[in-house]
Amino acid sequence: MSNIEERVKKIVVEQLGVKEDEVTTGASFVDDLGADSLDTVELVMALEEEFECEIPDEEAEKITTVQQAIDYINANLG
Amino acid sequence: MSRRRVVITGLGAIAPVGLSVEEAWANIRAGQGGIRPITSFDTSAFSVRFGGTVEGFEVTDYLPSKEARKMDPFIHYGMAAGIQAIRDAGLEGTSDEEGRFGVAIGSGIGGLCTIEKNHALLLESGPRKISPFFVPSSIINMISGNLSIMHGFRGPNIAMVTACTTGTHNIGQAARFIQYGEADVMVAGGAEMASTPLGLGGFAAARALSTRNDDPATASRPWDRDRDGFVLGDGAGVLVLEELEHARSRGARIYAELIGYGMSGDAHHMTQPAEGGEGAVRCMRAALKDAGIAPEDIDYINAHGTSTPAGDKAETEAIKTTFGEHAYKLAVSSTKSMTGHLLGAAGGVEAVFTALSLQDQVAPPTINYATPDPDCDLDYVPNTAREMKLDIALSNSFGFGGTNGTIVMRRFNG
Repeated sequence: MSNIEERVKKIVVEQLGVKEDEVTTGASFVDDLGADSLDTVELVMALEEEFECEIPDEEAEKITTVQQAIDYINANLG
Repeated sequence: MSRRRVVITGLGAIAPVGLSVEEAWANIRAGQGGIRPITSFDTSAFSVRFGGTVEGFEVTDYLPSKEARKMDPFIHYGMAAGIQAIRDAGLEGTSDEEGRFGVAIGSGIGGLCTIEKNHALLLESGPRKISPFFVPSSIINMISGNLSIMHGFRGPNIAMVTACTTGTHNIGQAARFIQYGEADVMVAGGAEMASTPLGLGGFAAARALSTRNDDPATASRPWDRDRDGFVLGDGAGVLVLEELEHARSRGARIYAELIGYGMSGDAHHMTQPAEGGEGAVRCMRAALKDAGIAPEDIDYINAHGTSTPAGDKAETEAIKTTFGEHAYKLAVSSTKSMTGHLLGAAGGVEAVFTALSLQDQVAPPTINYATPDPDCDLDYVPNTAREMKLDIALSNSFGFGGTNGTIVMRRFNG
């Protein structure tokens, strides 16, 4: 498991108040992890904080699963 | 057609004197105050460094941490007191398909902590760092909103804001909704958490607060000659109000009946009371008229009594004008001597204490009363609670802007 994957999952657990084993890479924030639209905005802000980056709004909207978050970080910051 | 009667069937409180109604009331009866140094931030630059803070509160006793994170501390206190009251009334899990259950819980100021935090983020890191939950976690009607979401209460949902009269006005108006037929149950009261840098600094700048930093425990001393301002307090007080037949039909425990409510405006000054407490007189008279009782019927007044030089004098004068000779026969006390002034929550916790006074037949004391003030010469139940026959009690609240509210409760005898 990559370091980035661990860090992303840890943030998802903290932000969405879900259990670690629920946060599979394929999990959708809204459909599987109970997030609403504001939760996902805050989640992206937490990712920005953790990885010291700025995720543009149009990119942020495409991040709807744990895997998409990991992929975005890998592609843009890796 | 006779008016629908409103009774109190549930109580909830988070206060400087306790995290439950039971604990808070035990301390109030015992004359134990909850005023202490403020430790949640560095107060060294402030002219006032103490308050009636809430100690040992764990929001996760009431809410999942994920939800709690989206709510200012004033909402935490209001939710906790509301949940307590709903449980106490035995209404948890009740279905409200018809929209007959409502919520009316306000706050004087709202989410100061959250406003301060997000303003700091804005200044330090720019607008992109403002939380998407900033607005819904700080606005005043979100206790009413969140409680209704949590319990499925689909009736009237409102939060009136009238400074230090907020709690009393929300309770009085909620009772009117029931009388008017708009609801059968209303969860009503107030919540506040203003012991933040801006809250403390703002009231200190207005010279409204006691500066007795060397002895916080005795700083709130209503009607005492040496009073020097109020003590900022945090917490929440919430009642479940219920239409009498609705309460009877489900066998609910009834603490007291809410029989009267009055309001008035001073139309005088932003922060000072009107001369002779003129606005308070009209407010108490309106409440007595609404209750259909004579001034002589009142046994006990849970006073606004904030420990400010002008306010305590004006309320004393107002009581004398309203009650005449009877003013010297009834008992008047200020539980703020123990809790401090909970601003928008004051009327809430004081309604809780007033209902319990009637149930237990005891007038709570005004503590820290040491030296009489010639301008304040009523029976303030000094320092020790008094067991006495109490049939009808009244609770006053007065707020900045000259906004006044009075509720009247009667011991419930069936």
